[in-house]
Amino acid sequence: MSMSVSSQLERRAAVAALLKNRKDTLVVSGLGSPTYDLHAAGDRDDNFYLWGAMGGAALIGLGLAQAQPGKRVLALTGDGEQLMGLGGIATIGVARPRNLDIVVIDNQHFGETGMQASHTGRGVDLTAIAAACGFAATGTLRTIEEVERLATQIGEQSEGPRLFVIKVLAENPPRSLPSRDAVFIKNRFRAHLGFAAA
Amino acid sequence: MHSPQPNLESRAGDDWPAELYRLLKAADVRQMSYVPDAGHSQLIRLFSADRDVTTNVLTTEEEGVAIAAGAWLGGQRSVLLMQSSGVGNCINMLSLSAIGRFPMLMLVTMRGEWAEFNPWQVPMSRATQPSLEAIGVKVMRAETPEDLVETVESAAALAYEADQQIAVLIGQRLIGKKKW
Repeated sequence: MSMSVSSQLERRAAVAALLKNRKDTLVVSGLGSPTYDLHAAGDRDDNFYLWGAMGGAALIGLGLAQAQPGKRVLALTGDGEQLMGLGGIATIGVARPRNLDIVVIDNQHFGETGMQASHTGRGVDLTAIAAACGFAATGTLRTIEEVERLATQIGEQSEGPRLFVIKVLAENPPRSLPSRDAVFIKNRFRAHLGFAAA
Repeated sequence: MHSPQPNLESRAGDDWPAELYRLLKAADVRQMSYVPDAGHSQLIRLFSADRDVTTNVLTTEEEGVAIAAGAWLGGQRSVLLMQSSGVGNCINMLSLSAIGRFPMLMLVTMRGEWAEFNPWQVPMSRATQPSLEAIGVKVMRAETPEDLVETVESAAALAYEADQQIAVLIGQRLIGKKKW
């Protein structure tokens, strides 16, 4: 296993480019920086922000994708969050939803807790794991041009789940904080899809 | 530990898995996820054969807690099946159900409490109810097939109609003794 080449891509610019033409894609964000990145790209009713439940982002995406087969679902998360949910990649590979993408914003560190190095900078390749679990497509992106190309595919049909890793700088941009009231965010999200609150 | 329970002593007339399937279908459950347990095998077969229900086999039980939240975000009701050893795996993920007030229905077959051969099942068996209650899940228990059907019906109403987080513990005495 070789050390990964460090990226010069800024995470906020990458997420903004990724979501620029998301249309009606439903987005779930993993705790920490991906939640701030998603909020910074624009608060929307069809965003579900996590502030905990580490390891659960992609699996919330799976349950949502199975319930809404006519819509695209994007789980936007970080390397640490996805590493805690490694088994979930196998579960998603077996479930094989055709409307779920996982995008890992990978700074190769646990950014929320003091920038300790994570596994992904030490040779662990989430795309290889996803490919071995039967994902329909995987890829590693390092430039804004590559992210812009991926952005055009996010809303498209796929043969199965896809996982993309976007390598970004290990930086902590100013926090952009969505509501921490999960009931409010849940009810807002469900109302967007036409479901009433209890 | 999820040790297999392939051979259960059959109990004539006890068709509670079919009854649970019927009432969960009547409650409009559309997703089911599980880590297998022999006590759940018939219910898993019934759901897996149902094209109107999406089933997910999990690598660890907390995945099912997250899937259930996603299903509800997308407008579907779900149920999560596991044995008692799996409850410990779920605890932090149940923060999601608790803080988001997501409907959550878990059916937990108990090990380690009645004619148990494997001592490794005992510690988590002892911790199952206290740990669920500590994270904010309401625990209901059933020891007979009749009581179980009624309990799950009530639990489903609490979960799906009142946005509660419920675990129904299915007593090992009810499931039967494991044959080695």
